[in-house]
Amino acid sequence: MTASVTELTVTAEDRRVAWLATAAVALSLADAAIPSPLPGVKPGLANIVTLVVLIRHGWATAVWVSGLRVLAGSLLLGYFLAPAFFLALTGATFSLLTLGLARHLPGRWFGPVSLSILAAFAHIGGQLVLARLWLIPHDGVFLLTPVFAAAALVFGTINGLIAARLLGEIPAAEPVR
Amino acid sequence: MRWLAYLRPGDWLIIAGGAALVGLTLPLLWQGGFAERAIIRQDGRIFAEIDLGSRREVTVPGPLGATLVAIEPGRARIVADPGPRQYCVRQGWLARPGEIAICAPNHVSLQIAGRTRAYDSLSY
Repeated sequence: MTASVTELTVTAEDRRVAWLATAAVALSLADAAIPSPLPGVKPGLANIVTLVVLIRHGWATAVWVSGLRVLAGSLLLGYFLAPAFFLALTGATFSLLTLGLARHLPGRWFGPVSLSILAAFAHIGGQLVLARLWLIPHDGVFLLTPVFAAAALVFGTINGLIAARLLGEIPAAEPVR
Repeated sequence: MRWLAYLRPGDWLIIAGGAALVGLTLPLLWQGGFAERAIIRQDGRIFAEIDLGSRREVTVPGPLGATLVAIEPGRARIVADPGPRQYCVRQGWLARPGEIAICAPNHVSLQIAGRTRAYDSLSY
């Protein structure tokens, strides 16, 4: 008796998600290599990929790329299922939800920089809430909020600018969904 | 600057809003209040509570000898202690509410207090 063979058909969309997630994971690794004065203050370079994907390929693809990045990044950096993993997951979830709402803003007025800043604030906001509820159940967690918020603003702006530039340089291969 | 070309009008609005949010959260950095008093304890009992307004030195007697505490405007430190490891002396100046230097061998501690009571992780 032959074992039934499960055929997995790989679509062009799957390949694209895989490639984009790879780029995001590479940026996550670069991110982790950058020394940070304070845990939690990171450039979040991988979010550039999320932004480009969101604008070029839509929200669903961005969710895939972001989710795979968190999973693969945590496996490579060795914090899978550690507190840092759940912080990353919460940050990604909050920023994706925010991006899902913010992408409906009129594009004529609000560009990638707006999306990036909003996502960055949602990211750190979600992480602070998780840290307060679970990791450090004390209001002292919020003492450094100004530092985190300032970092979110600065890095959000920079990442947004880079994403805007990339979007300008890479011509749209297909219509935006 | 060519990077500015990537900013759309609404982006400026979001940046301004973000900056305002950062500004609103700034007071959190000073949530513990400013350093106002130095509390010196000997054997767990308050030995002296001194306003961090003027410059003075306090000698605290303990089982090993005298611990010397220096008070300056806005900060305080242990200058000398008879303890063997000198941890509290090497801590240097304490300037934020909640900071504490403990000279355990001599049963002396020096703590900075602000208007509100600041807790640290020791409260767990």
